[in-house]
Amino acid sequence: MSDFLRSYLTVGIFGLVGVALVSVFLGLGKILRPNKPTLAKTEAYESGVEPTGDMWSQANIRYYVFALLFVMFDVEAVFIFPWATRLEAYGTFGLIEMAIFIFILLLGLLYAWRKGVLKWA
Amino acid sequence: MTDVAILGELAYWQQTGIRVGAGLAAVLLVAGTLVYLHLFKLVSFMQSRLGPMEAGPFGSLQLLAEVGKFLQKEDIFPRKADRFVFAAAPFVVLMSTFLLVVVVPGGPDAWFINSELGIYLAMAVSSVSVIGILMAGWGSASKYSLLGGLRATGQLIAYELPLILAVMGVVIQAETMNMQGIVQAQADGEIFGWGGIGNPYILTQFVAFVIFMIAMQAELTQTPFDMPIAESELVTGYMTEYSGMRFLLFFIGEFATAGVFSAIASVLFLGGWWAPIPGLGFDDNVWNLLGPLVLVTKVVVLTFIIFWARFSLPRFREDQLQQLAWKVLIPLALANIVVTALLKIVF
Repeated sequence: MSDFLRSYLTVGIFGLVGVALVSVFLGLGKILRPNKPTLAKTEAYESGVEPTGDMWSQANIRYYVFALLFVMFDVEAVFIFPWATRLEAYGTFGLIEMAIFIFILLLGLLYAWRKGVLKWA
Repeated sequence: MTDVAILGELAYWQQTGIRVGAGLAAVLLVAGTLVYLHLFKLVSFMQSRLGPMEAGPFGSLQLLAEVGKFLQKEDIFPRKADRFVFAAAPFVVLMSTFLLVVVVPGGPDAWFINSELGIYLAMAVSSVSVIGILMAGWGSASKYSLLGGLRATGQLIAYELPLILAVMGVVIQAETMNMQGIVQAQADGEIFGWGGIGNPYILTQFVAFVIFMIAMQAELTQTPFDMPIAESELVTGYMTEYSGMRFLLFFIGEFATAGVFSAIASVLFLGGWWAPIPGLGFDDNVWNLLGPLVLVTKVVVLTFIIFWARFSLPRFREDQLQQLAWKVLIPLALANIVVTALLKIVF
């Protein structure tokens, strides 16, 4: 296996270590802790008042547009990263290219700003 | 000379075994140190009290006592909870911490992975914890948890961007995404021709550093960005329904991630494991032993700033939080990229 793929194997192993650590902690607790569930204990916590209605209540997610903006900028970051490492090689041409790219993205943000998307509606 | 020099001759699984051990130490010991130093002692002194003093010298064993206490607590599943999602959430949160620590180098040979994608990988996997938090909020089937989870998601994705864009300035300067390369670029750097202390990017990328620290504070949901937890409004947000060990795991995850993020910040801006000690070259084997200590020192300094802010500032309002990210930090980070690139080309 190449070193490149090996390093990803290491990443995967570390992820599994995280899972294993949680399992060990919870397993250890299982031996020590009591288990006497009652009806009151398993009730959802609502500051001591009996919970009413559906627990998955509808909430007004005011910032779903932010999620769309996020996708835009996140994809942008994917493009800027490789450019950033090779800036010296691209020189002035690369700089102007990227300035135009960032400017267009900024326009998008400004548009959203002007449209009042960034305000708490 | 050191065991690390031999590391290259071992088989892959042996190397990985050592790395896993080191990774566990890097996550758990650092998290424990931060909890004791900052959460137990720093906040106590800031509030003119002593903090834990009974368990061990100056209460240093308090943490073990706490873990012992949490191990004995009953594990309660809410009746209406989505059991699988509820149980899986702590796994996801802690897994993301371990995926993150992988990129942090501790010395010239003491690294977990030496990937060219280094910081890029870190930025990618740092979003995994969002999923864990959303799972916790959703799976709990509690109104407080759901609101906390939703708030956390909105906040974490908003501050992910300044975080990533701030890193870009460093990548432009170092011309590499390899964490080891970033450390080396700072060690070899010169300030107007003077290479005495290298060129830690906190000097040239100060704007990026400030943006990174603020975004990091928000990513870690520390006050003043603790709306997802907001104990005065949402009890403990997405953790409300978790009890005993599962709650502690979220807690460990929070502090471990604080440590790992600070480690990444110190690699990016403070020169990582390298320190300007005269007579020591960049590749000296001594760094494999000294490096982790230097790195931990920087981590403690950076986390001190995080917790100093945490215990000093009041909470933002939700709309102020989003506005700070979108109207201030992101345009500023973009401007920083353009200016850095411009200066890089000119000089």
